[in-house]
Amino acid sequence: MSPFPFMEATVAIPLTLVIPALGAVLIALNGRHPNLRDGLMVAIAALLFATVLQILPAVLSGGRPAITLIELLPGLSMAFEVEPLGMIFALVASSLWIITSLYAIGYMRGANESKQTRFHACFAVALFSVMGIAFAENMFTLFIFYEVLTLSTYPLVAHKGNREAQQGARTYLVLLLGTSIGFQLVAIVATWWLAGSLSFTEGGIMEGHVSHALGGLLLLLYIYGIGKAALMPFHRWLPAAMVAPTPVSALLHAVAVVKAGVFTVLKVSTYIFGQDYLRELWSADLLMYIAAFSLLSASLVALQKDNLKARLAYSTVSQLSYITLGAMLAHELAAIGGSMHIVMHAFGKITLFFCAGAIYVASKKTNISEMDGIGRRMPFTMGAYLLGALAVIGVPPMGGLWSKWHLVLGAADSGQLLMVLVIMLSTLLNIAYLLRPAVRAFLMPPKEGESRGIREAPLLCVVPLCITALGCMALFLAADPLRAMLGGIFGN
Amino acid sequence: MEWFGLYNYWIVVVLMMVGFYIVIAQGNLIKKIVGLNIFQTSVFIFFISLAKLEGGTAPIHVEGVSDYSNPLPHVLILTAIVVGVALTAVGLALVVRIHELYGTIEEDEIHAQDEA
Amino acid sequence: MGLVQLHLPAFQVIVPMLAAPLVMLMARSPRAAWATATLTSWLTLAISLLLLIRVRAEGVVAYHMGGWLPPVGIEYRVDSVNILVLLVICFISAVVMPFARLSVASEVREDKHGYFYAAFLLANCGLLGIAITGDAFNIFVFFEIAALASYSLIATGRERQAVMASYQYLMMGTIGTTFLLIGIGFLYIMTGTLNLLDLAERLPAVNDTRTVRAALAFIVVGISLKLALFPLHLWLPNAYAYAPSMVTVFLSATATKVAIYVLMRFIFGVFGHELSFNVLEMNLLLMPLAMLGILIPSIVAIFHTNIKRMLAYSSVAQVGYIILGISFASTLGLMASLLHLFNHAITKAALFMALGCIAYRLGGVSLIHMTGAGQRMPWTMTAFVIAGLSLIGVPLTAGFVTKWHLILAALDGGLWPIAVFVLGTSVLALLYIWRVVEVAFFRAPLRRIRVREAPLSLLLPTWFLTLSCLYFGIETSLPVGLAERAAEALMGDYR
Repeated sequence: MSPFPFMEATVAIPLTLVIPALGAVLIALNGRHPNLRDGLMVAIAALLFATVLQILPAVLSGGRPAITLIELLPGLSMAFEVEPLGMIFALVASSLWIITSLYAIGYMRGANESKQTRFHACFAVALFSVMGIAFAENMFTLFIFYEVLTLSTYPLVAHKGNREAQQGARTYLVLLLGTSIGFQLVAIVATWWLAGSLSFTEGGIMEGHVSHALGGLLLLLYIYGIGKAALMPFHRWLPAAMVAPTPVSALLHAVAVVKAGVFTVLKVSTYIFGQDYLRELWSADLLMYIAAFSLLSASLVALQKDNLKARLAYSTVSQLSYITLGAMLAHELAAIGGSMHIVMHAFGKITLFFCAGAIYVASKKTNISEMDGIGRRMPFTMGAYLLGALAVIGVPPMGGLWSKWHLVLGAADSGQLLMVLVIMLSTLLNIAYLLRPAVRAFLMPPKEGESRGIREAPLLCVVPLCITALGCMALFLAADPLRAMLGGIFGN
Repeated sequence: MEWFGLYNYWIVVVLMMVGFYIVIAQGNLIKKIVGLNIFQTSVFIFFISLAKLEGGTAPIHVEGVSDYSNPLPHVLILTAIVVGVALTAVGLALVVRIHELYGTIEEDEIHAQDEA
Repeated sequence: MGLVQLHLPAFQVIVPMLAAPLVMLMARSPRAAWATATLTSWLTLAISLLLLIRVRAEGVVAYHMGGWLPPVGIEYRVDSVNILVLLVICFISAVVMPFARLSVASEVREDKHGYFYAAFLLANCGLLGIAITGDAFNIFVFFEIAALASYSLIATGRERQAVMASYQYLMMGTIGTTFLLIGIGFLYIMTGTLNLLDLAERLPAVNDTRTVRAALAFIVVGISLKLALFPLHLWLPNAYAYAPSMVTVFLSATATKVAIYVLMRFIFGVFGHELSFNVLEMNLLLMPLAMLGILIPSIVAIFHTNIKRMLAYSSVAQVGYIILGISFASTLGLMASLLHLFNHAITKAALFMALGCIAYRLGGVSLIHMTGAGQRMPWTMTAFVIAGLSLIGVPLTAGFVTKWHLILAALDGGLWPIAVFVLGTSVLALLYIWRVVEVAFFRAPLRRIRVREAPLSLLLPTWFLTLSCLYFGIETSLPVGLAERAAEALMGDYR
């Protein structure tokens, strides 16, 4: 075994929270020294990733390292326990944070953004809450960090401070907090009341405590309470959040925040309801159809969007529905597919957003119709875009293939042929809306005199996006270990 | 006969409603305080009259007397009257201040000034 | 047992009462007046803590004024219910006094300070008296003492509307207490006693009479006026909005809370929940009123640009939550109400204190004044945000603990829609708090005037309360334990 672990997993778990939290403070304090601050940020990100890695061996060997922080009320505690799904989520988020922080330095400086200190500090707080979500032992702990994530990303969305940003941030906050308090918290309290526990337990905690009719209602409340999963009609916040600077859209609104949403969906469906129980619920089917609808219609909307980031945002809405769909199918293969999609889509979509940001930094262009011929000026960026797009679509040799593969298998195996069709159809739509910008960039001639001065974005922007693009390919090989890890929890 | 027998309560009710009506309907701040006083006084009378026993006398032990009026309500109302006086004083002081600040003690004129 | 220990209940009320004229004599020296009042408020806090220890040890501390036994004499009776209220009052006044020195100096004319602090102590004394006494008529008297003092406190506000607000409060408040007096009179006719304990014992025999029911009605309406139950809340927004900051902090945290306590005492302790809820079905009245009282003022609050007034409306809404808990007529519901009584007191006091800091530095509490305040006064605004989160009921704050219990109580009573309603209306609180956050943190300051962070003597009390909001949100055993015991005492027999 490698030099890991340097420390016990039970020590590493609180550290994954302390490091970004302390990091946020350090960043905030060093606002006057941009170089020191940005250096610190990368160091913190690297340290966090290293710490998360310390927990991995224990989880791989089947352990469930756990700690309890405080007990608020009898039976209601802040506690952490690492299981494979959370491990994977934490690994994805913390590894991508390193890359994103490099990219963010390049982007924020390249685009001359103001209030960089607040920006980076909030970013660190967001990562703090992502770690909390990933390792939460019970629904209550998860909920707290879920809310912290919303609140800490609000300043990032409102970053520009203009009217549009404020409007977008408002939509963001109201939808996310509104659904989480109005639906999710109700479901949580009700679960506690009915099942007497909120702990994530294998096989769920509902069986035998909650009637199926009520359970179905609770499922609806949960899934719609998790606004971050962006299931229609509560998806509006995601396009609205696109007013944020691109690093935010990249790490948070393609990876951390939205994945926190679908991660919670998976957690709830697996550990609160349990797949066997879920299969019996009337609303699981309903939600499956809603997810399918959401999946297709978001793709169609994406097709109409000329603004690249908006198109990517709707694409995210659509891709998130894959995962929700996977969870609602209540089939082990589909759940594995959904979980894998968290990883695969993360790498693919972050690459795409990095590219959108790089194009903006280099040329101030945001609309696809203006990007004709840009590929010749920015070959690395657009090359990476192509790879990212292929990964999201799910073409071999990209990792994205495996997640969709498992999803389709799961759907077919549980007899939902309609869902197989939906996934196929949406893949076609993916091709249409994701490849189009790349096609225009590479194949169309640049407009007269327009793209003259355009060069590749700063190195700190281009290198990260190349890394993530290569990551998409590398993940093609990661399917087996992932499946091995996830297989255990979904009852292979 | 019973209705008339409880005439003290009728007086209380009438006074109470009169006072209450003045408080609500009058726009003049002084008159409102007067109304409030009548309203309170009705309650005082209520307490005092319920303590009275027909044929009863002051609660001093005297040969040959067996019925006494209840002294407790009197004592209570003595306190309540003091409280009432204090209230009236504070209320009137406030009205004086209002008159200094607004130049009027008519409610609608004050509201008109505040909104302007 | 020492003499002091023996007479603790009396000292609780007498100390501020005697200190008041003393402070008034110091009208020449505002500083001495303030110092004396502060010491007095700390002394009362110490007394209430000693009382807490005694209550924990003895269960109920009964004290007979002047040695006269009830029902002739007045009994002071401290049990697990009103010790909670006493603690809230003393705690808030002890924290608000250090805050008062600068805040009052900037908002009240200097030659009035002696009177101001004297009135404050009298209000304090009145509120403590209401909470501690076991005699119905005594409750009325202390109500009036507290009210008279608060009328004059409110009238010292800087704007002229303050006097008018005070006048209106006087009218409504007097009607309220007079109604209470009528109710008490009815009870006296029927039972011949004014002692709450005796009342509780003798009432069941005459429960079926119309007089007793009328008494309940008069008392409930009268107290509802005092506690600003929607739609009897009309006096409150103006009174809170125009009173000096320190008065608003104190009154918002204590005055309505004490009235709520009296309501609980009468409904559960004297009349008994059997009569109040099973026979007369008061929950059918209280529950809709509480819900409307949460909904409408919350919505109104969203549209107010004067933040003090906005928070005043929010107070009306929070009273609604407490009444909602009462209307469940269960131990859990009462527990939630008692918890909220405590938690809302510290939360709202922290919020109003933060506003006091803003008023001190920026000269006003409108939304416009607060533009960009997050950059100029980061500590103040951070305190505002944390306390605001507690008001919304975000986990790890005190507000969450009450919301949690309130929802559990609703579910316990099988009232699903109400659980959803409670959470849904939290979103309204989020909306009105967030408006401030947005303006303060995400807009650049309008004017180029140099504004510094509020001085430490304002900031420390504010943060003390803010941190209490967090502390009691994490370490919940003290308030939850107190509330649980109190709720059980109220639901059980008063005897």
